Amino acid sequence: MSVILNEPGFVVDPEPVRTRGGFVWQTIRRRPSAAVGLIVLSLVILGAVLAPWLAPYDLHTRVGPVFGHPSSSHPLGLDDGGIDMVTLLMWAARTSLVVGFAATLVSMLIGGTIGVTAGYFGGKTDGVLMRITDYFLVIPDVPLMIVVAAIWGPSLFHIIIVIGILLWTSTARVIRAQVKSVRERVYVKRARSLGAGHTRIVLRHVLPQVAPLLIANTVLTIAVAIFDETALSFLGLGDPSRISLGKMIENAFQRAAISSGAWWAIVPPGLLVAVIILSCSLIGGALEDALNPRLRVAHLSARTFRLRPLVGRGAESL
Amino acid sequence: MSELLQVEDLHVWFDLQDSGELHAVQGVSLSVDPGERLGLVGESGCGKTTTALAIMGLLPPSASVSGRVLLDGKDILDGGEASIRPHRWVDIAIVFQGAMNALNPVRTVGSQIVEALELHGRAEGGQARLRAGELLESVGIPAQRGTRYPHELSGGMRQRAAIAMALSCNPRILIADEPTTALDVMVQAQILELLDGLCRDFGLALLLVTHDLPVVAQLCDQGAVMYAGEIVERGSVDDLYHEPRHPYSRLLFAATPDLDGKRGEVASIPGAPPRLDRPLQGCPFRPRCDRAFAPCAKLRPRLQRVGEHHAAACHLNGVPEVAWT
Amino acid sequence: MNANGNRPLLEVEDLVVRYPVPRGLVSSLGRKPKENVQAVDGVTLSVRSGELLALVGESGCGKTTTAQAVLRLVDTTSGAIRFEGRDITRLSTRALRPLRRRMQIVYQDPYESLDPRLRVRATVEEPLAIHGLGGSKTEREERVRTALARVELSPPELFLERFPHELSGGQRQRVAIAAGLVLEPSLLVADEPVSMLDVSVRAGVLRLLDRLRENGLGILMITHDLSTAARFADRIAVMYLGRIVEEGPAQEVVHNAQHPYTKALLSVVPRRDPRDRARPQILTGETPDAVRIPSGCRFHPRCPVAIDECSLRDPVLERPRNARTPDHRAACILA
Repeated sequence: MSVILNEPGFVVDPEPVRTRGGFVWQTIRRRPSAAVGLIVLSLVILGAVLAPWLAPYDLHTRVGPVFGHPSSSHPLGLDDGGIDMVTLLMWAARTSLVVGFAATLVSMLIGGTIGVTAGYFGGKTDGVLMRITDYFLVIPDVPLMIVVAAIWGPSLFHIIIVIGILLWTSTARVIRAQVKSVRERVYVKRARSLGAGHTRIVLRHVLPQVAPLLIANTVLTIAVAIFDETALSFLGLGDPSRISLGKMIENAFQRAAISSGAWWAIVPPGLLVAVIILSCSLIGGALEDALNPRLRVAHLSARTFRLRPLVGRGAESL
Repeated sequence: MSELLQVEDLHVWFDLQDSGELHAVQGVSLSVDPGERLGLVGESGCGKTTTALAIMGLLPPSASVSGRVLLDGKDILDGGEASIRPHRWVDIAIVFQGAMNALNPVRTVGSQIVEALELHGRAEGGQARLRAGELLESVGIPAQRGTRYPHELSGGMRQRAAIAMALSCNPRILIADEPTTALDVMVQAQILELLDGLCRDFGLALLLVTHDLPVVAQLCDQGAVMYAGEIVERGSVDDLYHEPRHPYSRLLFAATPDLDGKRGEVASIPGAPPRLDRPLQGCPFRPRCDRAFAPCAKLRPRLQRVGEHHAAACHLNGVPEVAWT
Repeated sequence: MNANGNRPLLEVEDLVVRYPVPRGLVSSLGRKPKENVQAVDGVTLSVRSGELLALVGESGCGKTTTAQAVLRLVDTTSGAIRFEGRDITRLSTRALRPLRRRMQIVYQDPYESLDPRLRVRATVEEPLAIHGLGGSKTEREERVRTALARVELSPPELFLERFPHELSGGQRQRVAIAAGLVLEPSLLVADEPVSMLDVSVRAGVLRLLDRLRENGLGILMITHDLSTAARFADRIAVMYLGRIVEEGPAQEVVHNAQHPYTKALLSVVPRRDPRDRARPQILTGETPDAVRIPSGCRFHPRCPVAIDECSLRDPVLERPRNARTPDHRAACILA
């Protein structure tokens, strides 16, 4: 029974199993609704970005009566100032999206930094940062905005800041949890035992693992930010010099659009907000699902394994 | 020959994400007599756990199965879940891999055994609790420990509890999938001794699925070596060790270090097992075999008798006067 | 063939690693005294260049903690660690950094020890980047290739651009070893280097370690597998509950064990020959946790041959009466 084998001849598979396409493609295949969300959101963004050139009419020129009915030249009618609704929608979407994205950026930067720092360093740092997070969690948005508007005046900038500092907490939590788990992975420990500094470990090993989750979280935060902006504008706390979707709804509300029967003044902006938020949610949700393999619940399914006809004595190939 | 369990030409395919299938089990046939202990041995990916799960009907919806699983001569696989279900736990029970970590953490150990009893209508209420206590004692856990939660017990204790649970409905066959893999060697010895005793006392048949050859050598009478989804050799454990008739079995034993023997003389097998998502041509072990010759590349060997109760799937067995050692 | 040079590469003296049991708020408020986990309770060992010392024991015996303490990855409570003649027990992180090059670690899990996003080239190159070594890009590439060749991943081109998930377990472990070797260390700590690999692949990796050892590398291997230790180690040290209870040349410890724990451990290792039905000496119960270490000899509650005195006296490591070599030691008053 003495067999001694020497050099290991390594057989490396010439065709390793590579998933076709990238991460995004895989995600969309799993949840086709994400594709719908992506397309719709892209269209909205495109429309908003190109508003100055695509808008059919001028934003400030009156082209008809108050609450003019929808017609062939004005598919969505006119608002309380006689301005074309389609034009208004495009410009308003622009503002809403700008606020949404900018606030999300602020929120991501703060939340991401705090999350990574707390998760990576743990201990007292973690404790302190999490307490701060908790305090921010309980601040109500509307009163804060009222205070800010009262003291510094309502402006786009202020709204972005307020929403930003209210939204970062959930991001921080999620990122912190992920960083904590990545930190315990063996390859991170190995890097530390090699003598790698914190910066290197965070940038090279932790962030790449955390990035996908951060992206998913970002997309979902955009949805919330836009909703927040709409709500605040609706309450009259938004920038009075700019038109946003929330402001459109507020205007219509103030000027009794409903009792005039001018549904075209309220429904389109509301619907657009809903569509944007829904698209973001679909995309973000799909990304999150893709990142969380533990969400597989096949074993809970009512379906069982399938039967096949007998194969017959082992086939020999030639 | 009244076989208790007979598996005939079992095939299992798993659907793969993008497309295609993984042919995880490729025509496995085995049989277990009452009270017999069969060790199903192989390395990771060979299909041994899948075979065990197929026998129990515990495969996921992404799997498709063909073949026959005969219990007392009756095929329990042909009706799918419906035909296997009445026999699960009652005739065949399984202790899963990592069972010690699969106990429900929010219920006491005793209550989980009671649950198994009540689910299968074996006992209820006070009767069930008594029986649970008896079962715990039979695996070496004092009955009072039944009021503990899994996290309060050590790994070895939890594994014993999992075994007690498997025995709750007095099955005739126990399938144990890597029962001692995550345990220390002393605890492993305790669990193996326990399994040995239980099988003797209750006349249980044992299907031991493991990668650990010495464990099979010590606990089982019969062994079957699996590679790339099929059984490449089967026979008594004595035959497998002393008269292997398949290069993989021989090399696998040679690659397992023993306490005796000179320093450094342990074999390794170059390369890696073949991918099972593609059809295989010829003998699946050929790329790694040290005795491959002409027919190996073209013809897939079948299991052939090479002795009494000893069969191997290797073309070398058809060649007279081949030196096997 | 074993020892090179007169000074051992690594010397550990009376190492103690103790840490408090983490308690919840309620227990801290109560007046119960703080409990400590005696993970390592006085360990003395040494590793020479070109020698493989296997630190063997069951889970909870302190072998992993000892290895981590040696690499200064955990804080030591007391004792001394000397590496290449220098006392490193209390060195600061900064002072340790250059030394970190000379001692490397290989972990147990080949599936987790490589960053899944980095190709093999990047993984093996990283240590060079961290320590600012290797000069120009071509020089670094050269060193990476050399390291891959040393771990028998040849030709290197076949492996440089691969991701970990494209490699088998054995290959991944070799990459991890290469990443350790690229800095040309003198000491390698291997924590269960093959326990997660398939049996047919283990000997290949172990033989690789053996060859590296022949070229002068000192290796401290942590393992629970006595058979592996018997076949590949020069010396074996058996640990129980934070102490070394027996140590000596591998063959001597395996074939002439003097400590009851070692004897019991050896007897329960399943043999691969079915005809070899040794009578296993199965100990009752399980290893007690390291918070409440038994009095006297820590093994006495489970020892099959304990006498009264064993619960009173804590034995030291000394040469047993029946030892066949001078460097065989056991901590048992009956040996």
